[in-house]
Amino acid sequence: MNGEYGRPALDPARGDAGRRHDEFNRVWGNPRGLRALTIVNHTTVGRNFMLAGGVFFLLGGLMAMLIRTQLALPGQDWLPPDIYNQLFTMHGTVMMFLFAVPVLEGLAMYLIPKMIGARDLVFPRLSAFGFWCYIFGGTILLASLALGIAPDTGWFMYTPLSGAEHTPGPNADFWLIGITFVEISAVSAGVELVVSIMRTRTRGMTLQTMPLFAWYILAMALMIVFGFPPLILGSILLELERAAGLPFFDVARGGDPVLWQHLFWLFGHPEVYIIFLPAAGIVSTLLPVFARRPIVGYRWVVLSVITTAFISFGLWVHHMFTIGIPQLAQAFFSMASMLVAIPTGVQIFSWLATLWTGRPVFHVPMLWITGFLVIFIAGGLTGVMLALVPFNWQVHDTHFVVAHMHYVLVGGMLFPLVAGLYYWLPHFTGRMPSRTLSRWGFWLTFGGFNLTFLVMHLTGLLGMPRRVYTYETGLGWDWPNLVSSVGSFVMAAGVAVVLLDLLIHGLYGRRAGINPWQADTLEWATATPPSPYNFMSLPPVSSRHPLWDDPSLPEAIAEGRYALAVANHGRRETWGSDPVSGRVREVVHLPGNAWWPFVSALVLAVMCIGLLSKQYLFAALAAGVSLVLLLRWSWENGAHPNAAPDARTAEGDPPLHSRTFDGPGLWGMVVTLLADGALYMALLFGWFYLWTVAPQWQLPADSRVDWPLWLLASALMVGGWWLFRRRVQRLRDGEDEGLERALWLIAAIGLVQCVTLVATWHGSVLAPRATSHDAVITVFLLYLLLHCALATVMTTLQALRVRSGYVGRLAPYEPAVVEYWWAYCALVCGVTFAAVVLWPLGWGGV
Amino acid sequence: MAGGGRTVFDVFFRLLLPAGLLCLTGCDGPQSTLQPAGDAARVTAALWWGMFGVSVLVTAGVTLLWLYALRARSETPDAAQQRRAQRWLMMGGGVALPVIAIVVLLGFGIPAGHGMLPWPDDERPPLRIEVTGHQWWWQVHYPEAGVTAVNQLHLPVDRPVDLHVRSADVIHAFWVPRLGGKIDAIPGRTNVLRLRATETGTMRAQCAEFCGLRHAHMTMTVQVLPAPAFDQWLERQP
Repeated sequence: MNGEYGRPALDPARGDAGRRHDEFNRVWGNPRGLRALTIVNHTTVGRNFMLAGGVFFLLGGLMAMLIRTQLALPGQDWLPPDIYNQLFTMHGTVMMFLFAVPVLEGLAMYLIPKMIGARDLVFPRLSAFGFWCYIFGGTILLASLALGIAPDTGWFMYTPLSGAEHTPGPNADFWLIGITFVEISAVSAGVELVVSIMRTRTRGMTLQTMPLFAWYILAMALMIVFGFPPLILGSILLELERAAGLPFFDVARGGDPVLWQHLFWLFGHPEVYIIFLPAAGIVSTLLPVFARRPIVGYRWVVLSVITTAFISFGLWVHHMFTIGIPQLAQAFFSMASMLVAIPTGVQIFSWLATLWTGRPVFHVPMLWITGFLVIFIAGGLTGVMLALVPFNWQVHDTHFVVAHMHYVLVGGMLFPLVAGLYYWLPHFTGRMPSRTLSRWGFWLTFGGFNLTFLVMHLTGLLGMPRRVYTYETGLGWDWPNLVSSVGSFVMAAGVAVVLLDLLIHGLYGRRAGINPWQADTLEWATATPPSPYNFMSLPPVSSRHPLWDDPSLPEAIAEGRYALAVANHGRRETWGSDPVSGRVREVVHLPGNAWWPFVSALVLAVMCIGLLSKQYLFAALAAGVSLVLLLRWSWENGAHPNAAPDARTAEGDPPLHSRTFDGPGLWGMVVTLLADGALYMALLFGWFYLWTVAPQWQLPADSRVDWPLWLLASALMVGGWWLFRRRVQRLRDGEDEGLERALWLIAAIGLVQCVTLVATWHGSVLAPRATSHDAVITVFLLYLLLHCALATVMTTLQALRVRSGYVGRLAPYEPAVVEYWWAYCALVCGVTFAAVVLWPLGWGGV
Repeated sequence: MAGGGRTVFDVFFRLLLPAGLLCLTGCDGPQSTLQPAGDAARVTAALWWGMFGVSVLVTAGVTLLWLYALRARSETPDAAQQRRAQRWLMMGGGVALPVIAIVVLLGFGIPAGHGMLPWPDDERPPLRIEVTGHQWWWQVHYPEAGVTAVNQLHLPVDRPVDLHVRSADVIHAFWVPRLGGKIDAIPGRTNVLRLRATETGTMRAQCAEFCGLRHAHMTMTVQVLPAPAFDQWLERQP
């Protein structure tokens, strides 16, 4: 063992430590064989996310090489246009949805609990469920390419091209259904990361002492929570238009294709920062370690991360400068787009200042960070250029934008990611990278990348549009395209060398000791590779650099000197702490391995296949089965013996979270409702947008909403919520007398409300296939019905759980969670009533 | 293996240098934004060269600072020096640099964009041309002369032209790179693009928004003629 790479690791198989390790492994251990499908541990799930993302990256890269081969020379058509269109659509889709986001989420899922001193993410089964949705959705999507019926209308899916008239085959359906399925994993990971970071930090880790990486991931996760729902809504609407004929984007029936663009870019622009922020978080984590000093301006960096996240939601229109929108709007979005350069500049110069005032050592990851810096600055500058409207009009939709985007995404995401992979390689595998092969990999990738994309700026300025499968000679585009194609193959060779290097060193590199890079963050206090439980005991933290303050911390943790060092109760435990101060509030007991996530995702995949093959009865059946599975999964929760076999905690420790009122589930519900609310807001936006902007908006002459019934339905929901709230209040006072009866009553109110909503639909005169007006109202009603039906089902389950003794005075946790759902339902019922019934009165319609 | 990096570096530069030289002579083309033949394209090309110059300076400057900061050294600057360096870098580079750049850029950009808009002009009313995108061809209509053409656009030199752009099916984008920026052809809408050619000659237009199978072939010949020749051409049409 070499002293340069840290102290020799403890041998967990020996003595006292060995006994404790065995005890923990009985609770936390991962099964082998077929039962490996039941693993929910964040280390395994996060690693699997990254491995699957890597495979999708290679597939997306292969598509890129086919594209570049076709464009190498003018007038080539060995790829026919229909295949070429599928390839460029899938290249973008795979790289964005199946590589960039999942791989970064996987890294975050792997690292975050370790960095904040927790043993797992807060909803481990949800992580596993998300992973399987991702795998199945990605497989469905790629299967379409193998069958030659892949999406072929661009990753942006602009209507009307992607509509049923111009794309009659199943191509677009694969995108809409497959991607929405994959997005389940993105949103669930987003919810989970937010709650984990806010609620499971180790004792004493305040927001101000949290590692910067956690700040970046918190911002990313919140952006996912708000950013993905508009696209999910857009996809649902477009699929409804394609499959059921409800018009939302069809001008002739009062829709507007530009609404799709708004919904798409409302997601699409934050998406860029969802990818960039975690990558920048990697840089902010690695750089201080190799500069051997804390980062300069921690607060500045945190502030700029938050600012970036906010501003990125106000930029989406800069993807639409050529659609002919009002000048004032263009000026606003142009300025906002440039403003994002300020927080980005602050981060870049904070890194520079850290290096400047530190004592840098040069290792392989620094090579990639330097490559990132050069490429990303160039890409950022062309980004500012593109924000300038007159210049944008000229180069929009040309290869200039292709070049810019690859500078930002490859430079801003892939390079930091590879730096991170090299840096955490000893963590993943327990072995060190070396310098020889890695240099070849870097220089080939860096050189090939610039050869490909630097020249491509010129190709665009010479007038070559994007997404053309061929071009004529004599336009001056021949040599720059050839150079780009050659460069892309050099880059591919570089990627191959990097993979080979990571593989060889991951398997046969020198053994890494404890904390081989002398890093400051807690993930290096685990064993390498880590045990499933991360830490034998959970240490208190009082600064941002626990391992610099106390280099012997890893040994002390492994010896079980800190908190929660027993597992003989059979529970998987971690701290539940105050979101701001990090004060310990409760012991969170986490669910263990289970088949539910895998099986539920599998049945959902079957449902997607049913939708794709237009077997709607079959799809409905599968949806019903998956709902039953998900509910059955939720049954093993709280005070259920499978969730917490033993409710006793050690003397001096706080109670189990299921015996309090403020567990992580409550936070999970709130963050989920934020995502749901973002989807609802997008629908509301669509409604008002169509009213005010759609070129041929029309109010059907005989459209009539049965408003008295609708009002009654809304009132019932508010009443149900009020009753629920009162019961939860009484539970808080320690009173559970008659709880079950009250819950049955509330469930009955929910049922009556659902019936009233159906009656509203029945009593209204709506022709949803004829006008957008009626189509949107139909979607509103369906949305309300779905939510109220779920409220009814959840309340019924609560009543049953009271009867089974899983919910009551001693375990009062769950009704408070369901109450939030009721509150949300009551709110959207009221708002929808105002928007659909009252607003048109004020407008002078209906 | 230490030479490995350098070899690649050499190859990289050997390929890039001729590419740079070629660029100086290779900016021309029938569809090149860098060989402007109209007002809007000329302003945009000028904007581009200005922004390009500044960007090269900024990228090179920050890269050099970075490489300098990376050099191996044993001494650590004292606390006062550190504070000074940090303040200068964060306030100067992180805040002042982007703010100044944005202000300057908008100072040039907003008037430039303003000048390209189709403002009403009573003294010299622009020629009205209606362009409709179809999968995958362009229909060009001159309403005053009652003339319709397919995949060819004739324009008078030195006279402002308002192109009323529509679509008959999916979204297309009308774009003559040598004359000016592009505008989308969207079903249900009419977008107006003001262009003024300042040089006669033949150039090329191409659909810029992906529109399906034969998007790559949706091109159009653009002929800029002297005013009398343009009028003659209009009269010759059936």
